[in-house]
Parts: sequence; structure tokens; C-alpha cells
Amino acid sequence: MQSVVVLLVMSLLVFVGVYAVGNPIDILINPQADQAEREQAIATLGLDKPLYAQYFVFLGGALHGDLGKSFVHATSALGLILERMPATMELALSAMLIAVVLGIPLGLLAGLKPNGVAGRSIMAGSILGFSLPTFWVGLMLIMVFAVDLHWLPSNGRGPTTLLFGLIPVSFTSWEGIKHLILPATNLALFNLALLIRLTRAGTHEALLQDYVKFARAKGLSNSRVIGVHVLRNILIPIVTVIGLQFGALIGFAIVTESVFAWPGMGKLLIDSINFLDRPVIVAYLLVVVFLFIIINLLVDILYSALDPRVRITDSKG
Amino acid sequence: MIDSAEAITEPVLEVVGLRTHFFTKAGVVKAVDDVSFTVGRGEVLGLVGESGSGKSMTGYSLMGLIDTPGKIVEGSIVLDGIDMRALDPEEQRHMRGNRIAMIFQDPMMTLNPVLRIDVQMIEAILAHRKVSREVARSRAREALVKVGIPSPDERLLSYPHQFSGGMRQRVAIAIALLNRPDLIVADEPTTALDVTIQGQILYEIQKLTRETGTALIWITHDLSVVAGLADRVCVMYAGRIVEQGSCEEVLAHPAHPYTQGLLDSVPANNERGQRLKQIPGMTPSLLDLPPGCPFRERCGYATVACDASPEMRPAGGPGQSVRCFHPLVPAHA
Amino acid sequence: MTPANTVVRGVETPFQRVVSDFLANPVAVFGLGLLTLVVLAAVFAPVISPQNPYDLAQLDVMDSRLPPGSPAPNGGRFWLGTDDQGRDMLSAIFYGLRISLAVGVISTVCALIIGLTMGLTAAYFGGRFETFVMRVVDIQLSFPAILIALILIAVLGQGTGKVITALVTVQWAYYARTVRGAALVEKRREYMEAARCLALSPSRIVFRHLLPNCLPPMIVVATVQVAGAIALEATLSFLGLGLPITEPSLGLLIANGYQYLLSGKYWISFFPGIALLLTIVSINLVADQLRDVLNPRLQR
Repeated sequence: MQSVVVLLVMSLLVFVGVYAVGNPIDILINPQADQAEREQAIATLGLDKPLYAQYFVFLGGALHGDLGKSFVHATSALGLILERMPATMELALSAMLIAVVLGIPLGLLAGLKPNGVAGRSIMAGSILGFSLPTFWVGLMLIMVFAVDLHWLPSNGRGPTTLLFGLIPVSFTSWEGIKHLILPATNLALFNLALLIRLTRAGTHEALLQDYVKFARAKGLSNSRVIGVHVLRNILIPIVTVIGLQFGALIGFAIVTESVFAWPGMGKLLIDSINFLDRPVIVAYLLVVVFLFIIINLLVDILYSALDPRVRITDSKG
Repeated sequence: MIDSAEAITEPVLEVVGLRTHFFTKAGVVKAVDDVSFTVGRGEVLGLVGESGSGKSMTGYSLMGLIDTPGKIVEGSIVLDGIDMRALDPEEQRHMRGNRIAMIFQDPMMTLNPVLRIDVQMIEAILAHRKVSREVARSRAREALVKVGIPSPDERLLSYPHQFSGGMRQRVAIAIALLNRPDLIVADEPTTALDVTIQGQILYEIQKLTRETGTALIWITHDLSVVAGLADRVCVMYAGRIVEQGSCEEVLAHPAHPYTQGLLDSVPANNERGQRLKQIPGMTPSLLDLPPGCPFRERCGYATVACDASPEMRPAGGPGQSVRCFHPLVPAHA
Repeated sequence: MTPANTVVRGVETPFQRVVSDFLANPVAVFGLGLLTLVVLAAVFAPVISPQNPYDLAQLDVMDSRLPPGSPAPNGGRFWLGTDDQGRDMLSAIFYGLRISLAVGVISTVCALIIGLTMGLTAAYFGGRFETFVMRVVDIQLSFPAILIALILIAVLGQGTGKVITALVTVQWAYYARTVRGAALVEKRREYMEAARCLALSPSRIVFRHLLPNCLPPMIVVATVQVAGAIALEATLSFLGLGLPITEPSLGLLIANGYQYLLSGKYWISFFPGIALLLTIVSINLVADQLRDVLNPRLQR
């Protein structure tokens, strides 16, 4: 229920905000166009109606899944975004995979041996991961791996195949994977650093807990103490953060997609802002808000699946 | 009750000259400093002292659970003829939870909150016995019944937060007993519980160790708990044992001024309306402790002689010994 | 730590304690030193730069895109090369640093003032106002900063003032949440009870009693946020939605070099990025240590 309110408020704010700025006609129409042509265009785009009327037209359409037509592409704004969404999702999921596969073991290592050389280097590296501006790292990745070494392509998505006959993906071919590696690594960096720090802090704290000492007193092997007793406990905050950070990844994909000319929704947003393509901006935002609400829901479900204490309070309440 | 003299003849645990030091940035903390004692088979030994006296660290040393920057630097720990310090880490692991088990102070913290009880019990068996999961499960169930937990099948599938504090401590005891160890180290297992529950747990442990013939080291700061439970008592102060002997002798005729002070500060031992006695001053910091008797600053009997370190010497009844130049009761002739 | 130092600690003021604790960590001291250098370079950019990169009279298109170390017409060298306009990159970086730092600090200070006021009043008065403010904060913080900033730029249009507005809007919520959290803890303390019993005016209680006790966590958040604001501004400028060409921050310099990167002319993007990186790393190192030093939980 609250989600619906958030969606509605967001749509109103963004709609009023976006539609109050500038005049897209100036950008969209040939400056040599005569007055009649201009008025014709204004009428087609629905810009002659007052703002509140435009909003109700928009809202009425939104209820039927129609978020208006792109001024630039003259097709459904929602369609445009849904068409680009698989590319962004593939990028974000690959980035998260990299961050999880590397971040949790490295964080565990740093937490188990905080004063060792490896532990210290991992932590120093994670500070760097926080500090490096994403777009600049992207440029440097292109410089080293595309320009200097010629190992990997610097832009685009490569060939795609249809997954389930529906969703275009590029990870199914080697060429596609090569296109995916640099942008995914770039996008993963911040979350990698975050997961390392989170895992390390969690491990550090768990190791001080009596239940770890008790597990060792039972004579369990080290791998069981760490792999089951420690990991199960730190997994709870980690899964929560992974879920919430996935939303952030979709946001930050805007930057990575711009650097690597990755044809996702983020790149579409930047182009739309530059062309004042209002319906696409509004549609992008509503889609992202909707995605965030779904992600939050999934995180809640996962959270209660992992933490038995939450499960009980839920069944009571 | 097992006669204390008989117990000493057949020790299950022999600790000689144990020193566990912590190497911190600020200096060396001698948490356990030359501790020797024995525990007979099936015997209950009370290890008494204030917090920071090194009693818990003695327990952890026995378990081989001292973490860096701590380290056992000297001494021998022999459990049933096996020199624990000579074992490699894997062999040590096989002793823990198998031949020697431990129960911790706070039952709220000792069970892993996100793992079911059956998982935590079965893993303790499978770590040491090559049995099937089903056999392990039925043993876990038996153990729960033994410590008096109703509807064990249901309880096996529960999580720790679904138990009360006393119930959790029963589960911890059941886990300690799972592999029928020779010795259980209990580190203040009733301190965190309500008084009524304390009594139940005490009774339960006493009964179970008797039944199984398991020896018990009961670590506590509470002399009144020891009085009803232990066969023999070791009193620790500043990392050293300052007095040991049979429970009756030490409590009735304490030879060390510190033991006397501890007994005086138990409210029940005072006359009604009389002011509670207390030991003046504070426990000294174990960091770079100067030589000499560590209790001399707080001791009414201290003389210049106490600037040297006293050795253990016989005092009072048979088997009673004290680390003091001015024992309160003379040695048994 | 020397024994002499330990003896002095007994009579230290809290401020002295913070300073001496801070200096105890060599990495943090390194960060502070680096940060000082960066700030000095930014402040004295016009003095230390080999040329004024925005004085067209000093530029020569013949000098454009020279690699690092090339000789300059005035007898010196372009130590970090030149860009497509023939600008000395080193000078451009000093000037860019100036703009980036200024935007970062100004937006942080504005956001700090707004966030503090909102958070403190919310915590002090509670009720509907608090619910409303915190709900807005919650919703805002659940979206990535870059997304909110981009939408604001899309709504507001471009320009320096608008970028700063966007940065302030993104940041204020962090302060509001932090200060409210701290204030709710402080509010329950006895000295607040005492202040209310003395019938002091609400503004006096909030600003003279509550505020000083909420400051330590705010200092930490503000330090981290300056770095965040600088990075965010650079990102916006890189995307072409930040500062105008007339105010070339580090982000814009990097964006300028983007098109030359593929032809191997790395220095136009590389060195401004290094400057950006050093700025952010030094701020983060200082913030990390401040967090440890100011955290009351770690004080014994």
C-alpha cells in the first residue's frame, strides 16, 4: 500500500518537475519550421493542454501500462525502456556476481587474519575501491585492456542471443562475454569493496562471539566453524546489503553504460535528458521505482528465510 | 561421595606449572602463572576467584582455546595419560568435545542463533564418531531427555531463541555430555541464570556427572555454590593458586588471608545487623606484575617477608596447601 | 607511544586527546598530509601553475595534445602533457582541483546546515513533523545518489548553481538521519532534562546543549560527504550534465580526454583522474581515522 503511495507521489513530483523545464519543441523541431508546423507538433505531443490535464492524461495511460510516447523515437516510452532493460539487468547481475564471488572470500580472509599481509592489503585495496571514481576506472580499464593490450573490446554489447526466446543476453557467446567483462568489472568495483568490508567486519565480530568458541570447544573442524557457524551468521547482513545494493547498481549502471556505450536503460536516460525527451525520463523513473519496490520486497523475504528470529516474530505479528 | 584421598590416587587430569601469558602491546599479561592441580576421576573441583584472577583462562588453557595474543608458555596438561600440549592441532581438536568438554557462562550467547538445535548437537557427535546421521540424532535426543528437556523431538527442530535461558544451558550441558567426556570444564554456568534455575542446573549437573563418572571443574566466583558441590577447592588470585584442599577443610579453616576475606564477604556467614566485611583495595593489574605476594597490598597480615614470592606449602588439614608466608592455620602435624 | 606522552594524557582536554589519538596512526597522518597538499595546490593554483590555462593569449593550438615532458614554448616543460587546446595539463589540474574542491565544500556546508536543522528540530519536537521529515529521508536514501542528482539536473537544467543545488539535495538526508539518531540518544540524557527544568528556550536547548553533543558523528559524516560530493560532481560533469565548460572541474577534464583515449593519448584523462583519486583517498583516510577517534564506543 505504501509502495503505491510512493509510486504516485514520485510520478507527480517527477512529472511536474520534468514538464516544467525547458521547451522540448525548441530541441525537437527544425528551427526553420513555420508557425503552423510548430503548432501541429505541439498538438501531436499533447503540449497544448494545461499541466494538470497532461498529468491526468499521463496517469490515465499509466493505469493501462501506457507511459506516453517518446518525443524523439515516437514509440512507446515504456516499450523503449523495457527493450533496454535486459542489457542493464545483465550488466548489473554480472557485476553483482563478480562482487560476491570475490568479495565474500576476500572479506573472510581479511577478517580471519586481520594483521597478516594479505588481510592488510585487502583492506587497503578496499579503501581504494571506495575512493576510485567509477567513470575514471572505466576509462583506465579501456586504456589498458582495449587500447594497449587489445584483449577486450571497449564498447557495445556484442552479439546477443534470446534467452527463453524472449530476453536478449550476451553471456551465451564468448564474444558477448568479452564485451561484458570490462563494464561488469567496472560496475562491480564499489560493491566489491563494500562486500569485503562488510564480510570482514562481520567475521571479526562473529569470531569474538561465544558461540564460535563453543563450536570450537565441541571439537569441530576449522572449516566447519568458519563455513557454517561464522558464515551463516554474517550471511544475514550480507544478503540484505546485496539486495539493497542491487538497486544502487541499476542506478550506477548509468555511468558505466555511458563509458562503455552499453545499450542499457541508463544510457537511454542520459540521452533522454540531453534531448529533453520527457516521457522517457518519467517512464525510466517509474520503472526504476517499481524495480526498487520489488527488490525491497525480495530482500525482506530472503531476510526472514535466513534469520529464524525474524521468522518467529513474523508469524506472531 | 567419592573420598578425596582416593580420588587423588587416580587422577584423570594433572596440570603442572601451567603458565598462560598474553603478549599485548602494553606488555605481558601473566593471566595464568604457575598453576598446578589434579582432578581425580569423577571428582568435582571448584576453581574459585574474582574476575580477572585467571580462573577462566585456566579453563580455556585446558581446552586449548587460547587465542592470540595469548599463548601457553610453560607447563604440562596430562589428561588420562595423554600429554595435551604434545598433540598436534588436529589431535587436540579430537580431544575437545570428546575427552574434555566445556560449558560457558552465558547460555544466551553459546548456542549459534541461526542454526537449529539438532544441527548443533549432531555436528558435535559427527566431529568425533563415525556414525550415521540417524544414530547421531537419536543420541542427541537421548541427551536432551537426560538433561530433563520435555518433548525432545520437537525441541531438536527448534532454534535457540525459542528456549529460555535455563533450557539453553541444559542444551549446552547435553552437548557437553554427548561424547561422554572424561572431564567437563564449566565456566560459571549458573551465573547468568535466575536463582531458582541455578539450583536446578546445579542439581542436574551433579546428578549427571555422578551417573556418568565424569570429572568436573567448576569455575566460579561464588564460594557458596562450591560449598554444596565440590569435593575439592582451588582458590586463585592474580593468576596463581593461593590455596587448595578439600572443600570442608578450606571453607571451615581457610589458611590464606584471601580465602578468609572471600568467606567473610559472603553475606550468609555474617551476623545479622553486622556490617558486611569486604576485602580492601582492588585486584592488581596482571600487566607486568611485580614479584612478591600479589595480595600483600590488601592483606592485614603482610610483612616485609611478603616482598618475596611465596611457594605452595602444606597447611591446615590433610591435602590442604597454601601459598602464604603467614598461613592462618598451621600445617597438620 | 612514549611513557612521557602517557603521563601527559591525564590533563588533556578532549580536543588534545582527539589530536594525539589521530596522530597515532601513520596512515591517517599520511592522508592528512596529502589532503593538506591537495588543498594548498587548489588554493594557490594561480600562483603555482606554470600557465593560466584559461587565458587564451597563453595558449597555442600548435601545442595541443603533446605527451608529458614535452618542451613548452616558454622554455619550461609540459610535465603532464597538454590537452586538445594546447593547455598545460598540470595547470589545468590545479585550476580544476580548485573548482572541484570549492563545489564539494560549498555543497557539503549547505547540506550540513539544512540537514542539521531538519534533523535536530525533528528529534527535538517529534510528532508529525518528525514522521514527515524522516519518511522523506528514508525514501530519498533508498535511491542511489547519482540517480537523484541526475533527475534533479534533468528537472533544474544545467549550471553551477544547479549542480550545487542537486548535490545539497542529495546530501542533506544523510546529515538529517545521523543528527537525529545522535540527538535521540542525547535527548534521553540527564543534562537535557536539567536544561528543560531550567525552562530554557527550545532554540537555546537545541543549539547550545543538543547540537554540541551531536557534533562528533556529524564531523565524520561531513568528511566522508565532501569526498562523495566531489566524486558525484565529477561524475555529473563527465556525463556532460555537471558544471559548464566555463568552470572546468576535474570531471570535465577527464571527459575531454575520453575521445583521445582510444588513440593512445592517455594523459589528458589519466592525470586529472589521479588528482581526483588522491583527493578522495586522502579525505577517506582522514575520515576513517576520525571515525575511530571520535567514536565514543571505542573510548575507554
